[in-house]
Amino acid sequence: MGLYLLKRFYQTGIVFLVITAIVFVILHAAGDPVELLLPQDATEEAATALRIELGLDKPFLVQYGLFLANASRGNLGVSYHHGQPALQLVLDRLPASLELVGISMLISILIALPLGVLSASRRGKLLDRLSLIGSLVGISSPPFWIGIVFILIFAVELRWLPSSGRGTWAHLVLPATSLALYRVALFLRLIRAGMLDVMTQDFIRTARAKGLSEKKVIYKHALKNTLIPFVTIAGMQMGSLLAGAIVTEKVFAWPGMGRLFLDSIGIMDFPVIIAWTLVVATIFLSINLFVDIIYVWLDPRIRHAK
Amino acid sequence: MRNNIKTEEALPENTDAGHETTYTPPAASFFGYQYIPAERQLLHSFISNKLVLGATILFLLCVLCAVFAHWISPVDPLEQTLSMRLKPPIWYSEGMSPYFFGTDRLGRDVLSNIIHGLRISLTVGVLSVALSLVIGLSLGLIAGYKGGFWDGFIMRAVDIQLSLPLIMVALCFMVIFGQGLGKLILVISIAGWAEYARTVRATVLSIREKEYVEAAHALGFGPVTIMIKYLLLNAITPILVITAVQVPRVIILEATLSFLGVGVPITTPSIGLCIARGYQVLFSGSWWVSIFPGLALMILVGCINVVADWFRDALEPRSREQV
Repeated sequence: MGLYLLKRFYQTGIVFLVITAIVFVILHAAGDPVELLLPQDATEEAATALRIELGLDKPFLVQYGLFLANASRGNLGVSYHHGQPALQLVLDRLPASLELVGISMLISILIALPLGVLSASRRGKLLDRLSLIGSLVGISSPPFWIGIVFILIFAVELRWLPSSGRGTWAHLVLPATSLALYRVALFLRLIRAGMLDVMTQDFIRTARAKGLSEKKVIYKHALKNTLIPFVTIAGMQMGSLLAGAIVTEKVFAWPGMGRLFLDSIGIMDFPVIIAWTLVVATIFLSINLFVDIIYVWLDPRIRHAK
Repeated sequence: MRNNIKTEEALPENTDAGHETTYTPPAASFFGYQYIPAERQLLHSFISNKLVLGATILFLLCVLCAVFAHWISPVDPLEQTLSMRLKPPIWYSEGMSPYFFGTDRLGRDVLSNIIHGLRISLTVGVLSVALSLVIGLSLGLIAGYKGGFWDGFIMRAVDIQLSLPLIMVALCFMVIFGQGLGKLILVISIAGWAEYARTVRATVLSIREKEYVEAAHALGFGPVTIMIKYLLLNAITPILVITAVQVPRVIILEATLSFLGVGVPITTPSIGLCIARGYQVLFSGSWWVSIFPGLALMILVGCINVVADWFRDALEPRSREQV
């Protein structure tokens, strides 16, 4: 197991390094930052001076090395627009994004888990059919449009909840639920499918033959074995939720880092774009690594292997 | 058990349909399961499922709309009629005749934008999935067939690609390349090749050592022939299943990127852009500009999802009992 973990750490490190390389190459391909930074009528000397100051006169690989060295010290450059360190800007917005993602993850699991188990144990009945149709709608509708529908219904028509901003719990309800809807549908299907798969296994028949009550068979034996693969997928969804939250943050004017990223795209603020990419990639990769470790820890077949 | 479907459900369909006039298959049954020839199974499960049938018809209607968009749409989707700004749908008293679902802030017809938008959605969906299929397929075949360095190299690339959220990769690339339909298709296909490569490689590895492949080697067939004739044929089922899942995902991704303003140019009639325009006028009560395009997209994607689910269940018997 130790070797496996070591290998996973090593792999994650490589992936991260590749991402920094790609980001750096893309940044280079995107154009000369000097043109963006200086006013239109700047002299050639000023441009050269700035180029030397930014280290742009050095060879490509040296620049990449400098970029890595700076990045490892948490220095990803200064935002062209805000004039503040880019990483700091992104990290300042991180709590708002994590709050949104965390709550919406909680909502999805709280709805999908009981519903999935119930519809699997009552396969073909009304509840099962309804939840399948519901999950089809959830999977097929674009999240940003669901957000707009929610605003129309709950903020414009009924005036129950605020449509934008952050602050109270009421602000969180609409964005978190609209972001959660797709995951509810996805998790519901996964849990239902997993339960149905597990229910055909031999150990369930054994449990029934032992005379255990159906409740115990479902909740103790079947659910437990369904949850192990589910943890992996739920964990990975958490990371992609962070990237997918951009859209929800835009629709609900949520002051998270996704909106900062979108604003930075509009004004070509590359340090912020890079900082966002690296922060999201870091979180995403760490979650994946963490989930893998949990998975190994939960599955004794891997845990006890060499 | 693959060739068996339960008698109770299968029999009435079979006898009532009346398409068996010349040849009646032997009524072989095995513990209540009736035998249906494998080649008729797909058709059988397709016709007996009303939801799938309905979804297919609706989907084909969407495709027809998209193909004949220029003839079907009432007006030019980009034509701005400033005197007709923000007209509500036709069933309202202020609604105007050609604008069935109303108009947007610049007097553009919402229905025409939807029809042309479906065209863009389907184009992006089909072309970019096809492109990622070609990339993933070739790389997967090479990785599985050649092995060694190429296998390691391609599979590491797959790992990296799959370890990043799709929308993040697409966003970053679109930011750099700028807007454009062609660029969008390219970026989405770059983001989607990895799943194909992994599946094709796994299939190739599982049959590379089979006798008939060795026989083909011994007969002197070249690697390209062997790859296409023997290895590819075996990978078709998983490829079809991935494709059925990828197309709706890509269509939503296109709409999302266009909504965020990094997808197609604003002069293109795209559903995502249409919803974005509706979002701007949301609080003035003009709900129709964003609701109808989204509804159309949802119906399109929903239909594909229904058919894709059926397709997967029919082709992969293991998952048939699950979803």
